[in-house]
Amino acid sequence: MKLSVWTYEGPPHVGALRVATAMTGLHYVLHAPQGDTYADLLFTMIERRNHRPPVTYTTFQARDLGSDTANLFKTACQAAYDRYQPQAMIVGASCTAELIQDDPGGMAETMGLPIPVIALDLPSYQRRENFGADETFFQIVRTLTKPMERSENVTANLIGPTALGFRHRDDIAEVTALLGHLGIDVNVVAPYGASPADVARLGAAHFNVLMYPETGESACRWLERELGQPYTRVVPIGVGATRDFVREVADLAGVAPKLDEGRLRLPWYSASVDSTYLTGKRVFIFGDGTHVATAARIARDEMGFEVVGMGCYNREQARMIRALARDYGVPALISDDHLEVEEKIEELSPELILGTQMERHIGKRLGIPCAVISAPVHVQDFPARYSPQMGIEGANVIFDTWVHPLVMGLEEHLLHMFRDDFEFNDGAGASHHGGHGAAAPAEPRVEAETSGTDGPIWCADAERELQKVPFFVRGKARRNTESFAATQGLHRIEVDTLYEAKAHYAR
Amino acid sequence: MTRQDPPPPTLGCRDTPVIKERGQHEVFCGLTGIIWLHRKMQDAFFLVVGSRTCAHLLQSAAGVMIFAEPRFGTAILEETDLAGLADAQVELEREVERLLSRRPDIRQLFLVGSCPSEVIKLDLSKAAQRLSAKHAPHVRVLNYSGSGIETTFTEGEDACLAAMVEALPHTNARQLIVVGALPDVVEDQALGLLDALGIENVRVLPARRRDDTLAVGPNTVFALTQPFLGGTAAALERRGARHIPATFPFGEEGTTAWLRAVSKEFGVEAQLFDAVTDAPRDRARRAVAQAAETLRDKSVFFFPDSQLEIPLARFLTRECGMTALEVGAPYIHKGLVGPDLDLLPEGPRLAEGQDVDKQLDRCMAGRPDLTVCGLGLANPLEAEGFATKWAIELVFSPVHFYEQAGDLAGLFSRPLRRRELLRLEAAE
Ligand code: SF4
Ligand code: SF4
Repeated sequence: MKLSVWTYEGPPHVGALRVATAMTGLHYVLHAPQGDTYADLLFTMIERRNHRPPVTYTTFQARDLGSDTANLFKTACQAAYDRYQPQAMIVGASCTAELIQDDPGGMAETMGLPIPVIALDLPSYQRRENFGADETFFQIVRTLTKPMERSENVTANLIGPTALGFRHRDDIAEVTALLGHLGIDVNVVAPYGASPADVARLGAAHFNVLMYPETGESACRWLERELGQPYTRVVPIGVGATRDFVREVADLAGVAPKLDEGRLRLPWYSASVDSTYLTGKRVFIFGDGTHVATAARIARDEMGFEVVGMGCYNREQARMIRALARDYGVPALISDDHLEVEEKIEELSPELILGTQMERHIGKRLGIPCAVISAPVHVQDFPARYSPQMGIEGANVIFDTWVHPLVMGLEEHLLHMFRDDFEFNDGAGASHHGGHGAAAPAEPRVEAETSGTDGPIWCADAERELQKVPFFVRGKARRNTESFAATQGLHRIEVDTLYEAKAHYAR
Repeated sequence: MTRQDPPPPTLGCRDTPVIKERGQHEVFCGLTGIIWLHRKMQDAFFLVVGSRTCAHLLQSAAGVMIFAEPRFGTAILEETDLAGLADAQVELEREVERLLSRRPDIRQLFLVGSCPSEVIKLDLSKAAQRLSAKHAPHVRVLNYSGSGIETTFTEGEDACLAAMVEALPHTNARQLIVVGALPDVVEDQALGLLDALGIENVRVLPARRRDDTLAVGPNTVFALTQPFLGGTAAALERRGARHIPATFPFGEEGTTAWLRAVSKEFGVEAQLFDAVTDAPRDRARRAVAQAAETLRDKSVFFFPDSQLEIPLARFLTRECGMTALEVGAPYIHKGLVGPDLDLLPEGPRLAEGQDVDKQLDRCMAGRPDLTVCGLGLANPLEAEGFATKWAIELVFSPVHFYEQAGDLAGLFSRPLRRRELLRLEAAE
């Protein structure tokens, strides 16, 4: 038993729902109590989908237990088939139904429905959402995909995008364009937008592009083994990765690598002088393994940040992230406990967090800017505009997104220059954040000596000096000085202590 | 003029036959109540003993996760807990110890049962007793079930309050208990009105902080502010208290009738009643009238959700001039919503329980101007051209009593006004 408040991943049947909702012509009959229908709102509210997810929940109640939950399941299955006439059905149990052991798969089989019925076995008390999505799609592929002749021209499948995925909608367009430039057509995108009939013809492609290992790797492995379709290992997020991806794809397709970099702006934006201030910014990266790994490379090699820590919440990628962290010479945090992540962030006190919506909240609390790079995400991470993470445009979007929460280079100097101007308001925050940017917590303007409850005492001079530090780094200067004083065993902070600390933490 | 109550309809809905439905439900389970209960009871922690699904539900229903460390959490059962029950009890105690040592501000702890804990028959009342004995008097530990196999959405609050009633000491004092978790500002307004009416000894359940002086007995009368508190009402009656039946305090008419019922019980003079209520009644009418301009002669369809449907249908038809096509409720407790049914003019279909597909068919056929439904259905219906109001907002926002009557009407009129405002049709 483990106490949890916020979770990075839902239960595995939510992963199955992400696959079913992404597809067309497929229906999911889920043996589950009524409350589990909350999952619909993830899709209709957070992702703003305009259709109900294709799921029938049996919504059994206490009075059905022991008597006819099995019958209820069969009735629901039949009714779902009659009403929706799907090409294929997936059936499974949620955590509660798993305990009553009705065996939805076995029951559905005895019903003799005239369509493929795929039984899902998702252990709710061991595994999580990503596993659920990966396993569900794998089972669908295993059941429906048959060996067939390859298409005449070179084609590829895009594997892995699901409903409720972070920017999956736009990544598909971007990767399709990358392939198009190489003269490679897309055979099928799945599960996103695919019907069971589409899944059946996956075999026509020459190879697979594994867009998201979290949700598509098992299927790709199986397709490689059974149908001899190789799959890509590089995930094209970032400039370097996109170039590597194009080389890998060209290799698989037997064509010359070609990438249209006409619209690529990240390298120049990163090189231009305004970006000098990005140099060595200390970043902490957390999310799903794939997005963390790609973000680490961008952060270090393309933005000039210093990666001070990284980690992932999905254990399936723990090994990869541990190895990567070793390369970067930083500790790896593998955890799905957001309190642990918060502790780590507090300890490392980075200048920027690249994380999920969970880290956005942690950042808000600690006063550290955060850009979102990975699921789980919230409604504002499904923007109306085109904003992929992959490919050329993805790199541009990432530059903007990561820089946005930081105060711009020139602006930093101007703020500094005008801080004594009577019109200048310390609480105003960065100009591009409008009215909401005033993240700096109100600090008491102290004339007399002050002290925290247990921290060292600030003498009035030092406190006044601290007020001269630009507000957006003032909190950090205060913390650094206090921890410096603590390590030095000082109880009073003088102006000198402040500058000693500054020298100590200087890079 | 405000003193004139509009006459009741010649034929209300009390005897309208109710369609009983049994099919797929599209509603939250009782755990959801934790979202507002933990805000209301500021020294309480709600510990769900359940699965990852339960944790995910709470997180998704909360919608925004603005609280650093909210006063609720889920003890997630794992394989090892499912293997042997003795283990689960020990594990639970360990988690509680850890929690209480980290959160000394917690004075009441609710162990909340879920589907998994019910199915494996984890005895939470035993755990609550043991833990209570251990941590008394600083912390009181109670338990209730918010599981989806037993409770629908707001029934979680009912189960929680009923558990609190069981634990109340006995009193013979004459008193009024106002029952139902209301936002503080609304509760203050209600208490202010009762005070102005000269009614003394008024208590609330649940109180903002643990209140060891609250007791119950044969000279207690109680009034409900929410229609879904059937279990709590029964628990109070078992303790000798008497229910004051009334319409629920939504809108000007509902609030007045509610106050009148309570006033009658306490023998408040008509003159005083008018003096106290005239001004707020008038304000409420004016506020409702504004929103009603948009709502008048429009039709409304309620999917079953919170059990507020019948009182709200009464408000929308009587005070806002709407027509109800169908009023679905997860459960219809005639003993509680009877007075609202009496005032709801004959006409709408009444449905209890749910078969969401059939209900959607009826909704499509009826083409209501406004559909009140859960979050899972709202956008899909909007995409079909239906204006919707998410039901969950009705339990999250302050909507009771006079000063909120206009806001309540506004919740329904806004979706319609928005549709009138948008000019997004494709160019011809
Ligand atoms: S319906 Fe049951 S299993 Fe589902 S969230 Fe509610 S209590 Fe948990
Ligand atoms: S603040 Fe942002 S991430 Fe957090 S709940 Fe709200 S929308 Fe979601």
